[in-house]
Amino acid sequence: MDMEMLSSAFEYAPAPESRSVVDIAPSYGLFIDGEFTEASGGKVFKTVSPSTEEVLSEVAEASEEDVDRAVRAARKAFGKWSALPGSERAKYLFRIARIVQERSRELAVLETLDNGKPIKETRDADLPLVAAHFFYYAGWADKLDHAGFGANPRPLGVAGQVIPWNFPLLMLAWKIAPALATGNTVVLKPAETTPLSALFFADICRQAGLPKGVVNIVTGDGRTGAALVAHPDVDKVAFTGSTAVGKAIARTVAGTRKKLTLELGGKGANIVFDDAPIDQAVEGIVNGIFFNQGQVCCAGSRLLVQESIQDELLDSLKRRLSTLRLGDPLDKNTDIGAINSAEQLARITALAEAGEAEGAERWSPSCELPGAGYWFAPTLFTNVTQAHTIAREEIFGPVLSVLTFRTPDEAVAKANNTQYGLSAGIWSEKGSRILAVAGKLRAGVVWSNTFNKFDPTSPFGGYKESGFGREGGRHGLEAYLDV
Amino acid sequence: MSEKTEKTERLSVFKTYKLYVGGKFPRSESGRVYEVTDAKGNWLANAPLSSRKDARDAVVAARKAFGAWSGATAYNRGQVLYRVAEMLEGRREQFVREVAEAEGLSKSRAAAVVDAAVDRWVWYAGWTDKIAQVVGGANPVAGPFFNLSSPEPTGVVAVLAPQESSFLGLVSVLAPVIATGNTAVVVASEKSPLPALSLAEVLATSDVPGGVVNILSGRTAEIAAPLAAHQDVNAIDLAGADEALAKELEIAAADNLKRVLRPQAVDYSGTPGTDRLTAFLETKTVWHTTGALGAAGSSY
Repeated sequence: MDMEMLSSAFEYAPAPESRSVVDIAPSYGLFIDGEFTEASGGKVFKTVSPSTEEVLSEVAEASEEDVDRAVRAARKAFGKWSALPGSERAKYLFRIARIVQERSRELAVLETLDNGKPIKETRDADLPLVAAHFFYYAGWADKLDHAGFGANPRPLGVAGQVIPWNFPLLMLAWKIAPALATGNTVVLKPAETTPLSALFFADICRQAGLPKGVVNIVTGDGRTGAALVAHPDVDKVAFTGSTAVGKAIARTVAGTRKKLTLELGGKGANIVFDDAPIDQAVEGIVNGIFFNQGQVCCAGSRLLVQESIQDELLDSLKRRLSTLRLGDPLDKNTDIGAINSAEQLARITALAEAGEAEGAERWSPSCELPGAGYWFAPTLFTNVTQAHTIAREEIFGPVLSVLTFRTPDEAVAKANNTQYGLSAGIWSEKGSRILAVAGKLRAGVVWSNTFNKFDPTSPFGGYKESGFGREGGRHGLEAYLDV
Repeated sequence: MSEKTEKTERLSVFKTYKLYVGGKFPRSESGRVYEVTDAKGNWLANAPLSSRKDARDAVVAARKAFGAWSGATAYNRGQVLYRVAEMLEGRREQFVREVAEAEGLSKSRAAAVVDAAVDRWVWYAGWTDKIAQVVGGANPVAGPFFNLSSPEPTGVVAVLAPQESSFLGLVSVLAPVIATGNTAVVVASEKSPLPALSLAEVLATSDVPGGVVNILSGRTAEIAAPLAAHQDVNAIDLAGADEALAKELEIAAADNLKRVLRPQAVDYSGTPGTDRLTAFLETKTVWHTTGALGAAGSSY
């Protein structure tokens, strides 16, 4: 059937989520020792809505001095917090989980405004996972003796945590929940382009009655993060972001006692075998690379399809992409939201251009991009070889590179032919093949007949240059314990 | 060795100490050797003074061996490690002598060290098929999935053996690396490399596949630098590095994000625990779709 006719025949009416549920202040300070304070230099920066370029708020830019103040507050709070019975720490975290649930509509709208991702995702993925993560680690706080790290495992002290802009509040939860459950105190730096949900989280800490200084939020750019990572009184560094910055951080902490965990980039292979259920595989491919506009470290950005079904699969995939709705992230029908920043859009654009220049074939569904804001149409490349830039470098955008294979061995070899090792997907109806291929993939998370699933009980993290350490599950405790 | 020549008419046969790379015993490609002396400064032997080329060759051998060794069953690896203990037990006298000379220990102290080293192989032999059950397992995710986390070996691990504890220390850092399926490039104690080079002879006759363990002697700093910077080395144990070298190597290791085990005070006579096993393990988590039998609609 003609897709354009079909889509015009079933045009959707706009169904925007109301933004009145969230009250964004014109400016925010740093959250240090339980108080919002201005940056010492008085510097501020603006945070904008990526879908409209509207300024949402002005946020303090933390200097080295502010970072030091935050670390000192965390150090001061550490003694009492780590000495609390685990059962008491647990209750604070349970409170936080419940308040997140209560305020999840507000936080979902806020996150969509500041990040640009569809409300469908913040509402159905980010926020439920945030609450679940706090709920999960809350329960660990008084059970650490039984976690397999020996009796009475001790916290490390002050954790310096730097998080990215793609899942701002979820990444905060992944960092703060295990840190607090194990008795550490934290200084967290949210990403420069998405500071607001972390600042709202400060208010949740207040509502939960969390002791002052246990959680400190310092906003700023890379310089603020670098100051935090390099601070001599930080005992633990946790970073989620690019591999390049991860390597710089690893060099910074070299020769110190700081414990380090890194969750970095990826170039995940999504492998579709000839016996895969095509319709489900197509949904998985779409979810793998277009969830959150592809701005996902574990995105399935390389589609490896068995040669014999390439045409059938690509036809289905293109048909499906033609039905994706790109536009207002607050609209409940929107599938593809805005790219997070002009900078990221420029990077995606440049890499896609490199793909064309190197001879890959570019395709996008016909798709009208809004006039204001940062947008990139869902894109797929065929005729991609392993040597192409778009098959090697993380694009962190809605761009899928399609490669083919003939045998399972070739699929595994191609999937593993990357500096990264974060995620992979396998689509097949044959159990033994799934198990064999999953066993050979050098990746920390493998999804079979699904993709981009997350759960607080499930350890997440990479092999090779995708970083080290695990977040989530019992494994996630280790990063914050002196073991 | 030299003492024996005095006691008997017969002139003893010296051993030419060689490297152990890819299951073979080459000299250093550089043709260099250095003098190894006992604790009192008496000449013991000339040991190969490995070059960066030797280090690279060893990495190639370790990488080549990784697929089969990591793919071997845990039971098989356990039997191979146990075989190392058996072979070592049979050569006990030789190692007691070498350790006594290398570390300046009395015969009885050296015997205790060698016994402990044999027992350490036995300890890790038993771990090969248990560690996955201790550190892995199913995760109760909120959805129709069977979600399983399993430990997997990190890959090629560079091991800087402890400088002082030239044999028990060496075994204590090496055995856990290969127990889980990693392959190793070992830099022996700089001052006392002979027990390590002799261990290679034990490994070569213990069903340890060639390339699983590669042993280099020489200047630790010289050999460690190319290993720490090597793009096909996945991890590095800095046990044998001093503070300044450890920092330098950790910085170099960041270039491909090697897993780094920093030097720490270790009493090698104590029970090892699992830390050195888990230091060179990755966790792989696989989500298997289960569907929902009995529920309305399709299985997924």
